[in-house]
Amino acid sequence: MNALLEVSGVSVSFDGFRAINNLTFNINAAELRAIIGPNGAGKSTFMDIVTGKTRPDKGSVTFGEKSLSLLKMTEAQIARAGIGRKFQRPTVFEDQTVAENLTLALKAARGPWRVLVWRSTAADADRIDALATEVGLSDHLARKAGDLSHGQKQWLEIAMLLAQEPRLLLVDEPAAGMTLAERERTTEMLVNIAKTRAVVVVEHDMDFVRRLNCKVTVLHEGAVLAEGSLDHVTKNQTVIDVYLGRG
Amino acid sequence: MRPLLQPRHRSMLVFLAGLAIFTIGVTIAAQFGLVSTSFVKTLGKTLCLCLAALAMDLIWGYAGILSLGHMAFFALGGYMIGMWLMYARTEEIVIASLMNSGLPATPEEVQQGIATQIFGVVGASDLPAIWGFAHSLPLQLMLVLAVPGVLALVFGWLAFRSRVTGVYLSILTQAMTLALALYLFQNDSGLRGNNGLSGLQNIPGMDAVGQETISLWFFWASALALGVVYVLLHAIVAGKFGSVIRAIRDDEARVRFLGYSVESYKLFVFTLTAVITAFAGALYYPQAGIINPAELAPIASIYLAVWVAIGGRGRLYGAVIGAAVVSLLSSWFTGGRVPSIPLGFATINWVDWWQVLLGLTFVAVTLFAPKGIGGVFDRLTGVHTPDRKGAPLGPDDGSLQEREAQQ
Ligand SMILES: Nc1ncnc2c1ncn2[C@@H]1O[C@H](COP(=O)(O)OP(=O)(O)OP(=O)(O)O)[C@@H](O)[C@H]1O
Ligand SMILES: [Mg+2]
Repeated sequence: MNALLEVSGVSVSFDGFRAINNLTFNINAAELRAIIGPNGAGKSTFMDIVTGKTRPDKGSVTFGEKSLSLLKMTEAQIARAGIGRKFQRPTVFEDQTVAENLTLALKAARGPWRVLVWRSTAADADRIDALATEVGLSDHLARKAGDLSHGQKQWLEIAMLLAQEPRLLLVDEPAAGMTLAERERTTEMLVNIAKTRAVVVVEHDMDFVRRLNCKVTVLHEGAVLAEGSLDHVTKNQTVIDVYLGRG
Repeated sequence: MRPLLQPRHRSMLVFLAGLAIFTIGVTIAAQFGLVSTSFVKTLGKTLCLCLAALAMDLIWGYAGILSLGHMAFFALGGYMIGMWLMYARTEEIVIASLMNSGLPATPEEVQQGIATQIFGVVGASDLPAIWGFAHSLPLQLMLVLAVPGVLALVFGWLAFRSRVTGVYLSILTQAMTLALALYLFQNDSGLRGNNGLSGLQNIPGMDAVGQETISLWFFWASALALGVVYVLLHAIVAGKFGSVIRAIRDDEARVRFLGYSVESYKLFVFTLTAVITAFAGALYYPQAGIINPAELAPIASIYLAVWVAIGGRGRLYGAVIGAAVVSLLSSWFTGGRVPSIPLGFATINWVDWWQVLLGLTFVAVTLFAPKGIGGVFDRLTGVHTPDRKGAPLGPDDGSLQEREAQQ
């Protein structure tokens, strides 16, 4: 079976510094994958490349059944093709209400003319309610996102990601700033989502990764160091040396 | 609740009511001779400036693009309507004078007469090609919107496509208006060089109607235009489109990752506001009577931004109030009727010192009251700013600042 996302032989340098070094990575259509690795390993940069924010110096990135090359597409086109992203810092539109944030993300036509004549239907309102309820924000729909707590902003961003109905979700450190109970909720949700979509999760918290119970890719100095089950990679001596051993 | 009576539409209804009362009041005052014709014109022109400020607020206050070139579109709109006004008016005069000479005039003679009349001052006697539509009001009205619209489309496409943002975009727009002004200053630009177009207050075919009536017509037209555009822009900013452009203002990278083509939205807003500004200019210059390339000076567009800032950006009524207050004060101070203040060692002559006062006000507003005059309304209606410990509402240059925001 063809993978949903195929990254092969990708390298990128910033001022001579190799942030990503000949990286190859595949994920299937309904798969959950965790990426771990030390700070500066290139995890966020990998997401930047897939979402079109950073252009690699070489290599190829293809997506979907038709193996669409993402390298020639803009960030917006990639997002419309079905790749959603949650950033490391929560990034929501702070001057807008929770409902407005969700409306922006809701799957719908994205062109200026179509947006100009867009009117909220009952179905849209229901969907927004459902999403807000799912992440525990249903009482906060009318509040400005800037007023929310750090954890609530994380939830809002996750809900926005779901609203887009992407085929591939890239989730950068979703559990940062969450309580233990919230982390468990997040795990549950991600596992659930991955039943129908591909989900890539970057996370430092080993307990969190363990609960995801999925294949793990260890990144180090911009390349894949090890790949396999969590137990498998944590037994790898190099992984212990560069990552696990630190703390 | 009826949809129009929702709280989010309240500011629009209050604004429309205020505008209607103002228009009726001025009309009655003019009927009873309480205000002069020239003051009615000043008020009508002020309404046009408010209209331009509305457009400026959409692009800067809502979309976060600090364009410092929009008065170029304003002047272009004025030039386009001015061409018809001057042509048609001159045509009347030429036909009348040829009539006096006895023989019926041929179309060629009329055409030639018009060309000499209009272009004599710059030493030319042929009608330039760009005057090809000047004989027809509908065609020229189309150009009022088309010429600035196409210019904005091309300029915006080039600028936004290369992702020019922030200060660089502002500088680029200043360069655009300056370049256009310098071009128009040339005698062979086809628009009479530094003489510009004049006599625009004389509406062709309306000789029998006095200026006191025409001034009221334009005043009404300006008020109507302001009202209609206000409703239109309110509808745009209150909907999802407004949500998208405010999101672009605060964090455009994030908007891209949601699948919106930020460049298309910027281009859309840039062009739409250019067309609105041009329309405002087309209503303004027949009331001003004269237009010349000095109207495109870079400073004019900076004033537009100052008005919006003083009124409070990101609120449509703020832009209108800012433009009205500042431009009316400006014409009061520079009108020479404000008594000078003798200080002993020097005298404050307001014609000269007004600019200084305006500059200081601008600095004071930016530093101490970023919500501008619009903030007064926030206070009256009990709207508070969020407590964000000084953090703006997004990472971008144009993003709303803490003290501009509403909770
Ligand atoms: N735009 C950039 N310009 C220069 N260097 C960059 C840029 N983006 C990333 N880097 C560098 O590339 C390396 C990889 O960064 P990246 O953010 O991908 O790491 P990460 O694995 O996400 O780390 P963390 O766990 O801290 O989030 C870092 O050394 C970083 O400094
Ligand atoms: Mg990172």
